[in-house]
Amino acid sequence: MRLLKLSALLVAAGVALWSAGSQAAEGAAEPKQISWPHDGFFGTFDRAALQRGFKVYQEVCHACHAAKYVTFRALSDLGFNEDEVKALAAAYTVTDGPDENGEMFERPARPSDTMPSPFPNPQAARAANGGAYPPDLSLMSKARHDGDNYLFSLLTGYDDPPAGEEELAPGQYYNHYFPGHRIGMPPPLMPDQITYDDGTSATVEQMASDVTQFLAWAAEPKMEERKQTGIKVMLFLIVLTVLLYLYKRKVWADVH
Amino acid sequence: MADTTVRHGESGGATRRDVLDVVTWSAVAIGAGTIVWPLISSMNPSADVLALSSTEVDVSQVPEGSGITVMWRGKPTFVRHRTPAEIEEARAVQLSALKDPQADEERVKAGKEAFLIVGGNCTHLGCVPLGNKSTDDRGDFGGWFCPCHGSHYDTSGRIRLGPAPTNLPVPEYEFISDTVARIG
Amino acid sequence: MAAGSGKVVFKSSLLRWIDDRLPIVSALYNDAVVYQTPRNLNYWWNFGSLAGVMLTLQIITGIVLVMQYTPHADMAFDSVERIMRDVNYGWLLRYAHANGASMFFIVTYIHMFRGLYYGSYKAPRELLWMLGVVILLLMMATAFMGYVLPWGQMSFWGAQVITSLFSAFPLVGDPIVTWLWGGFAVDNPTLNRFFSLHYLLPFVLVGVVFLHLIALHTHGSNNPVGIDVSKKDKIPFHPYYTVKDLLGLSVFFLFFSYFLFFYPNSLGHPDNYIPADPLVTPAHIVPEWYFLPFYAILRSTVYESLFTPLAIFGYLGITEKLMGVIAMFGSILVLLVLPWLDTSRVRSATFRPIYKWVFWLLVIDVIVLHWAGGEVPTPTVVLVGQIATLYYFVHFLVIMPLLGKFERPRPLPDSIGKPVLSHGAAAQPAE
Repeated sequence: MRLLKLSALLVAAGVALWSAGSQAAEGAAEPKQISWPHDGFFGTFDRAALQRGFKVYQEVCHACHAAKYVTFRALSDLGFNEDEVKALAAAYTVTDGPDENGEMFERPARPSDTMPSPFPNPQAARAANGGAYPPDLSLMSKARHDGDNYLFSLLTGYDDPPAGEEELAPGQYYNHYFPGHRIGMPPPLMPDQITYDDGTSATVEQMASDVTQFLAWAAEPKMEERKQTGIKVMLFLIVLTVLLYLYKRKVWADVH
Repeated sequence: MADTTVRHGESGGATRRDVLDVVTWSAVAIGAGTIVWPLISSMNPSADVLALSSTEVDVSQVPEGSGITVMWRGKPTFVRHRTPAEIEEARAVQLSALKDPQADEERVKAGKEAFLIVGGNCTHLGCVPLGNKSTDDRGDFGGWFCPCHGSHYDTSGRIRLGPAPTNLPVPEYEFISDTVARIG
Repeated sequence: MAAGSGKVVFKSSLLRWIDDRLPIVSALYNDAVVYQTPRNLNYWWNFGSLAGVMLTLQIITGIVLVMQYTPHADMAFDSVERIMRDVNYGWLLRYAHANGASMFFIVTYIHMFRGLYYGSYKAPRELLWMLGVVILLLMMATAFMGYVLPWGQMSFWGAQVITSLFSAFPLVGDPIVTWLWGGFAVDNPTLNRFFSLHYLLPFVLVGVVFLHLIALHTHGSNNPVGIDVSKKDKIPFHPYYTVKDLLGLSVFFLFFSYFLFFYPNSLGHPDNYIPADPLVTPAHIVPEWYFLPFYAILRSTVYESLFTPLAIFGYLGITEKLMGVIAMFGSILVLLVLPWLDTSRVRSATFRPIYKWVFWLLVIDVIVLHWAGGEVPTPTVVLVGQIATLYYFVHFLVIMPLLGKFERPRPLPDSIGKPVLSHGAAAQPAE
């Protein structure tokens, strides 16, 4: 019984800790709460959505945003086979070298390379984007509070500024979910902007949802392995706890 | 709480206690043992290390009669441009005379016999043998000579004399064009 | 040093041979097997061994992580990401280490509150308690420096804020900060020394833990009844408490696993997934949860609102900033003298009808401080923080000395035997 009480206390402590970590950004609407296929104890990534999301990232986001921790070889997690990964990589050019003459040279990317950045350095990125730096997206879904919901909300949250608000400066856009509402990124998604290979209709919501799932994978590619390991570990620990409980009662029988 | 009537576990429920004893302690041992595995596994080569395992070499840059050393998987690899005389010498050897018998034909690509690509660490204890430059001491058999403990390799990279147990290993490679070999 | 010490004769001739030359076998036997322990310890007594397990796990995962981590300002963040993505089980080791720190603090805080409730700090265990406070200080230093190592935004700005605390000291403040940084800002030299010390301090911690254990085994464990225990009410540590500790460990690992495998980032802060940027401060800097009560004391100690009268210290040269630092360190150091601040001769709160309530008020006070430390410091938050800070010090400096004089404890039993035999549940005095 005391053990039970103590377990309850531990659970309560966990809940308290968990809620302590939640802090909403000021000056922004609370993100839309979406039920993602990768949420929860048993959640796994939706491979088709990841592949579509990767396409959105390639054709839209990658114009400005790098994802420097994503390697081409890791794309096999998305359900691509070895040849497809090689072809995906070869579509990009990376700088290598120096060669035997001391010159840097360009070559098609290999699976072992990471996604090349759209800009050679942060200064060039700023210069090309009116002074605003398009951040790297590899970890974005973990680098924002309620990241998946935030990203989806942001991508679908553009609007005209409400009446009575201050005029937007040039290069500013109104977004309900961005802290302070004024974002330097123009609305990135337009209906039917890309053509999905699987024939899915490319609505803004669809693309936002797909790319959010891709970014969730990019930030935490080991998520499925982690949860599956966790389930095994917890099942083992439950059995162990029961065994130890019985054994402890036996051992202590002559004391009580 | 019916069990509490058993005053002394040793005498009363002896067998049940023994089984529980063994099962519980085994489970504890399994649990502790499983924790150790990720610690050990993490020290094996990681995914990025395993992925970076190919090197391209332009063999046309290697003058006939000498060799170059390239890095592959963090280790030296020899690319030797052999003269017809050296090839002849390597092929004339009786296999029965070899410590680690292997024909020269098995150690090069057909049509590219002039180019010998072998791992550049002596199979004895890992020193880098001499012999790429024609001015080096190439040992008694015209290939490579390891100065650490005196192993002699022939023009096919095979061990002929000295403490090394096996031939210099031939890595997996292919010619992706007439002049470029990709190792790995 | 052990209660059950005395000549032990081992059956194995090898053990006899070793023990004759290096009495490590009999020491282990005396202190971990036959060691005499009160029979009535409840599950709150599990948390000491849990803390020991967490320390061990932190050291083991830490040693393996160091094999993959690069302590350089330009590479630290990338190397952590490499651990998370490419190293075999790297995600597990890194999350276990990061969440392990939180778990270590949870069990340590519960362990401390158990000591407070049952008066485990009182004679003859004062040094045992004081060594515990030293352990807490070492843990805090180690955890803080460890949090800097991934070199994310919170790492960087946490290092900036905490090292800047030392600038509060008059005259020597600024030179000390420059010395801590090894430069004119938090930068690579700072990261390198934090890495070095983060690796060193846990081993110092192990040393102090051994002293803590020696002190513990000198007079033996306190117990829920709080009276000295006669020999017949003691049982050997093994198998009774080894099994009980293992059971607690198994339950605790379930709790740990929930965070580790399913919500590994819930105790951290999203900003630490942004690489350190000396030009941009995150909108809302908060330390890790286990520092929040102390952070609240630091932030609440300003010469305004409830604490306006403290401004007279300002005329004496004690700036607000210095006062905050003094209050924060004071809140931990006051624990060192607690054995002498508490004037009651009764250990266990079970027999102290008023202290029982005062204890829970302290628990609530610390929870309020925890809340205040995590909020944006609006005037309301500051006022609440000040009330909680004031109460914290009043508890230790005023209530504890006075309570012992005015409180009438309930009669103590002659032995722990009776309450334990009457019922298995929490020790109640025999009526």
